[in-house]
Amino acid sequence: MKIVVCIKQVPDTAGEVKFKPDGSLDRAAMKTIMNHDDKAGLEAALRLKEQYGAEVTVLTMGLPKAEDVLREAMAMGADKAILVTDRVLGGADTWATSTTLAGALRNLEYDLIITGRQAIDGDTAQVGPQISEHLGIPVISYAQKIEVEGDSVVVERQFEDRYHVVRAKMPCLITALAELNEPRYMTPGGIFDAYQKEITVWGRADLKDVLDSDLGLAGSPTKIAKASDKVRKGAGTKVADLGAAEAADYITNVLKEKFVI
Amino acid sequence: MGLEEYKGVYVFAQQVDNKISTISFELLGKAKDLAKDLNTEVTAMLIGKDVKSLADQLAEYGADKVIVVDDPECEIYRTEPYAHAICSIIDKFKPEIVLFGATAIGRDLAPRCSARVHTGLTADCTVLEIGDFPLNPMPNQEQKHNQLLMTRPAFGGNTIATIACPDNRPQMATVRPGVMQKIDKIAGAKAEVIEFNPGFTKNNCYVDVEKVVNLVSDTVDISAAKILVSGGRGVGSKENFQMLQDLADVLGGEVASSRAAVDAGWTSKDQQVGQTGKTVRPHVYFAVGISGAIQHVAGMEESDIIIAINKDASAPIFDVADYGIVGDLTKILPLLTEKVKKALEEKGQTA
Repeated sequence: MKIVVCIKQVPDTAGEVKFKPDGSLDRAAMKTIMNHDDKAGLEAALRLKEQYGAEVTVLTMGLPKAEDVLREAMAMGADKAILVTDRVLGGADTWATSTTLAGALRNLEYDLIITGRQAIDGDTAQVGPQISEHLGIPVISYAQKIEVEGDSVVVERQFEDRYHVVRAKMPCLITALAELNEPRYMTPGGIFDAYQKEITVWGRADLKDVLDSDLGLAGSPTKIAKASDKVRKGAGTKVADLGAAEAADYITNVLKEKFVI
Repeated sequence: MGLEEYKGVYVFAQQVDNKISTISFELLGKAKDLAKDLNTEVTAMLIGKDVKSLADQLAEYGADKVIVVDDPECEIYRTEPYAHAICSIIDKFKPEIVLFGATAIGRDLAPRCSARVHTGLTADCTVLEIGDFPLNPMPNQEQKHNQLLMTRPAFGGNTIATIACPDNRPQMATVRPGVMQKIDKIAGAKAEVIEFNPGFTKNNCYVDVEKVVNLVSDTVDISAAKILVSGGRGVGSKENFQMLQDLADVLGGEVASSRAAVDAGWTSKDQQVGQTGKTVRPHVYFAVGISGAIQHVAGMEESDIIIAINKDASAPIFDVADYGIVGDLTKILPLLTEKVKKALEEKGQTA
């Protein structure tokens, strides 16, 4: 079985968020990590490899420094790594990104493509389903459990108040939830090996069956009209020196004044 | 054909088990605003099996027209038949705007459709309005009017971006549940019902749903509550959450929580407020023992009145609270519940 896992290097938004003196986000100063949902997708692929035997390839699109997450993936146990990087791909929205990744995937053999549900910087959850559409294969989003039976996958697909057990014929694309598993750590031997292995680097010319007009900023149907760091409403009244009874009275009075009670 | 030939605001009227999801009514409310600005109509797209009878409900919440796709293949949600239905409607009726709920269904269906019809999609919008793109006139660039401007948080809630889709149609967005307001029900309203079946032919993209497993049946819809008493790590234990429940009970509210409390196993996932949980905007939001991480604040800051109780005077929750009380929640909450109960009894009402 051949599995391709799409991963993304993202700023750690849950870690320390750094701001520039003017109040805007200092992205360059923030730590980057492998996106959580993608890491769970990679772990799922590695478990399928252990269980059924598989070749696991990791694929990312990004700046040259995105090589770091590919090395991390190989240190965890991925067999091959591909970095798609090219200036003309910059500024892509989800449509252009999925078009690019589909163009890379057309060069590869795969039974299963696994992506994370969403990346923590954009939170869109769009790229996985869009890749599946470009490639004409079924998608199962929000996977909380993945099993392989013959030429099919059987997946628990999460919804708000239920889950479906879904069977699809491979090739198929699955988007993974971080809840899917607890990703393994890199091993020292794995880290050593990861730096011995080659990373394949592809540019625009290596993408199959894609038009120039569908790539990068120019190929993105959505355009940013305005972006700003969020301005929050200011703090209200804060009281710090009340006893419990006075505090309860204080809140009760607020509720009365505001006609809540 | 020209972009100007695309007309009308369309809403995916999500239904599950032949019950229309709340988000569908919220979308219709927003669609009505947008349609008014564009001088056009609101159309709901209702997909399922034996769903035609639900059309009246959509009319009562603002749909001028309802396109019904009724087919056995659409009985349970699956990406492919639903995407085929939506894309066939887009092909035939040419809407200028299509809105989906940012639900587990909408966030799967909308991207599949956007890829198929080659248009942009903006995820998890919190504000939708009609305006110009670019916002201000720019040299050497045509300023287009009557564009859908879609505003959404990104970067874990740290930034906010307004996005347009000026050169492709339809303009598509998913909208976070709990953000848009549904209109007051117009009892007896009727919509023009259009039955449309594009024909469904099985292909490799059809999957089989072998089993549907319903989780807790007594789930609470915190996004509909007017008063929420929400607790975080500072509550300390599952047992202590009873104090929050007691206060919620006298006020006629519900108990919600931060992600930390869900992760600790004190509350359930459907009670979680924030970036990876639900967006809520109740009349009153009590943030009890919640530090106020940005991911949490993103899901509750639109509440009318925010009352925070926290031991830690430097907790960031106090930066967004209208009323902040530094103190011990385990002492304050029981007293507060008593006082509220008494105040209600004096007024002769109980929640």
